[in-house]
Amino acid sequence: MSTVDIRAVVQEELGNIAPEMDVGAIDPSADLREALDIDSMDFLNFVTAIHRRLGVDVPEIDYPKLATLDGAVAYLETRLP
Amino acid sequence: MPSLGADMEAGTLVEWLIKAGDPVKRGDIVAVVETQKGAIEIETFETGTVERILVEIGAKVPVGTPLAIIQTQRGKEGVAPPPPAAKPPPPLKAPAAGPPPVAAKNGRVARGARISPAARRLAEQHGIDILTITGTGADNTILLNDVERRIAELKAQAPRAPGFDLAAMREAIAAAMARSKREIPHYYLAHEIEMSACEDWLTRRNAERPPEERLLLGALLVKAVALAAQKFPAFNGFYHDGKFEAASSVHIGTAIAIRGGGLIAPAIHDADRLSLDDLMMKMRELVERVRAGRIRGSEIADPTITVSSLGERGVETLYGIIYLPQVAIVGFGKVATRPWVEGGTVLARPIVNATLAADHRVSDGHAGALFLTEIGKLLQEPETL
Amino acid sequence: MLHKAAQVAVTETTYREAIREAIRDALKRDERVFLMGEDVGRYGGCYAVTKGLLAEFGPKRIRDTPLSESGFTGAGIGAAIGGMRPIVEVMTVNFSLLALDQILNSAATIRHMSGNQFGVPLVIRMATGAGRQLAAQHSHSLEGWYAHIPGIKVLAPATIEDARGMLWTALEDPDPVLIFEHIMLYNMTGTLSPDAGPVNIDKAVVRQEGRDISLITYGGSLWKTLEAAASLATEGIEAEVVDLRTLRPLDDATIMASLRKTHRAVIIDEGWRAGSLAAEICTRIVEQAFWDLDAPIGRVCSEEVPIPYPRHLEEAAIPQASKIVAAAKALLKRA
Repeated sequence: MSTVDIRAVVQEELGNIAPEMDVGAIDPSADLREALDIDSMDFLNFVTAIHRRLGVDVPEIDYPKLATLDGAVAYLETRLP
Repeated sequence: MPSLGADMEAGTLVEWLIKAGDPVKRGDIVAVVETQKGAIEIETFETGTVERILVEIGAKVPVGTPLAIIQTQRGKEGVAPPPPAAKPPPPLKAPAAGPPPVAAKNGRVARGARISPAARRLAEQHGIDILTITGTGADNTILLNDVERRIAELKAQAPRAPGFDLAAMREAIAAAMARSKREIPHYYLAHEIEMSACEDWLTRRNAERPPEERLLLGALLVKAVALAAQKFPAFNGFYHDGKFEAASSVHIGTAIAIRGGGLIAPAIHDADRLSLDDLMMKMRELVERVRAGRIRGSEIADPTITVSSLGERGVETLYGIIYLPQVAIVGFGKVATRPWVEGGTVLARPIVNATLAADHRVSDGHAGALFLTEIGKLLQEPETL
Repeated sequence: MLHKAAQVAVTETTYREAIREAIRDALKRDERVFLMGEDVGRYGGCYAVTKGLLAEFGPKRIRDTPLSESGFTGAGIGAAIGGMRPIVEVMTVNFSLLALDQILNSAATIRHMSGNQFGVPLVIRMATGAGRQLAAQHSHSLEGWYAHIPGIKVLAPATIEDARGMLWTALEDPDPVLIFEHIMLYNMTGTLSPDAGPVNIDKAVVRQEGRDISLITYGGSLWKTLEAAASLATEGIEAEVVDLRTLRPLDDATIMASLRKTHRAVIIDEGWRAGSLAAEICTRIVEQAFWDLDAPIGRVCSEEVPIPYPRHLEEAAIPQASKIVAAAKALLKRA
């Protein structure tokens, strides 16, 4: 899967959690939880959606790697073939 | 009314193309019927004259109901077009050679459309009518990526409208909170709870589970409050007309913040009897429905006690306001690592401040303290929750 | 499945040698283990697997048997019941038909019929498959038949690591285990860590990950499937290759996880299509992952003919990488 595809999926799922925010306008190195005002339930829903869409099971211990948009994309790239 | 699909139970007559006195021959289209699969034209199998229409436009009738009477040469016969099964079965062909589905009318594909199971499921999950999607598979089969494309299109078009009227909700909250503060003599207690047992247990348990099955700390907090409420009925019930009535069940109102402003605390029924997994599932489902604006009346009216938590991005302590006609609200601040004395030494431990705001007409500080400390005790043994 | 971080250099070896090493290792570890079969001793094995073992372990541990599959398989069953850990080598699955009654009605069933008083901790190794122009009677792939029988395990090592590691785990099993070695794999070369040891015999393994289609296979067909996957990759199709490794019990979890990811599957099975193991896997996918399917399930099996003798006809009759590629592309509508 290309980087572009992964980013698109991540942005789409973030958009599902924070529908009134413009996900495309987020600073890719900003803390997602702050930028989108999402809580742990939202984050878990995001991780679940990633599991469903990309088949990647993100363990809790790796959650900090998903702190930013860039971080999330980079992490998922390493987990996908 | 013909059967236009194995699962069809009824259809709505939307148009008559004939009237009494018209001659018809076998194969003529005589009416249009609306089913779950779309608007479908139906034909007559009889040749003759229409004697009488039996079903009005707009009527929804079960499969098998006579729709009209056609007088044939053979004499009066009350005939509804027989279900397609009455036709001689077509010669057996390999599925790949079957007739392609009828081209779309009114933007909808007629019966016979091929849909892959995965596409069907995805469309259902997103509430999309599968038959409005054009298939790009062999024989116009609707495939998974056809549905995915539609989902993307819909998302691009529709701005998301919140399900709740936030302005109206703000007004309602204002009125309720003002009244609560006016009428209920609140007293407040706070208690620090050491959370390492919960955190360790959660970490271990979640490490072995996929995201769909993981628990959040909030589920443990709700369960602990629910179990404690069982033992301390003075905090679980309603105050009406100068009298307190303890509730026989424990329905925890879970405070959920609505994006864009607004707060709602719908009930998780019998939270004391749900397993943690079920409780977590209910919480997830409630949050989803709150976000979509689909909360039921009973969920608003039923909570017997409320739990409110600001989560890890909040502050240390939350002092709640009781939701009338309840008599208590338990608040949790964020879990923070703080100094904690254990066995005479100071250690760094995860600590949460739990508060109780309770109705002093029903309970007093002594009972409140026991209630709060009970919650703290339950949270030391998360595996028993 | 991962080799330990290489502090020890890997060695170059063959599938045949890996099996021989597995047998030697078993004979050394446990004195109850012995091997018997036709031509295993003096001749060194029909496929040279047991060459040198008679000299090393002697005639009590490496036993040449008469030409009687039913007889020596029965003897193996008796030895197992009596407390030994025999490895019965049936020259090929083709000849195992003569021992079918022993395998099904004794080995697989004695624990049940004796009310758990006796078990049969027997391992039977058999060569299987086509590709050496051995013609109609000597080219069968009947693993699917054996996978039908409750009471036994059926293994199909396709890699050198599994060839080396499955035998010991099979010997430790208290019930009969059948190990099928595809004849075209014996000469396969590869590397193995010198401290390679026992492997599990109850899990399938994803040999190559992919997102577009699952290619599910076992045994000799694995390498053709990997070849097909490489060819598909050049056309932008990412195939996920699942090596079943164990045919009974089937590892449903791994299969369904793959389907959830790719939504499409082709099953490659050198048995004949009708009533094949591939058919069983198809059904399980329909039972457990129906709502994940985005295309019908494909099968690449041997053609419904006795396996021919002439080389070009034999090749046409059994699965080939080109057939697998075609089947995959058909599902993806890119035939």
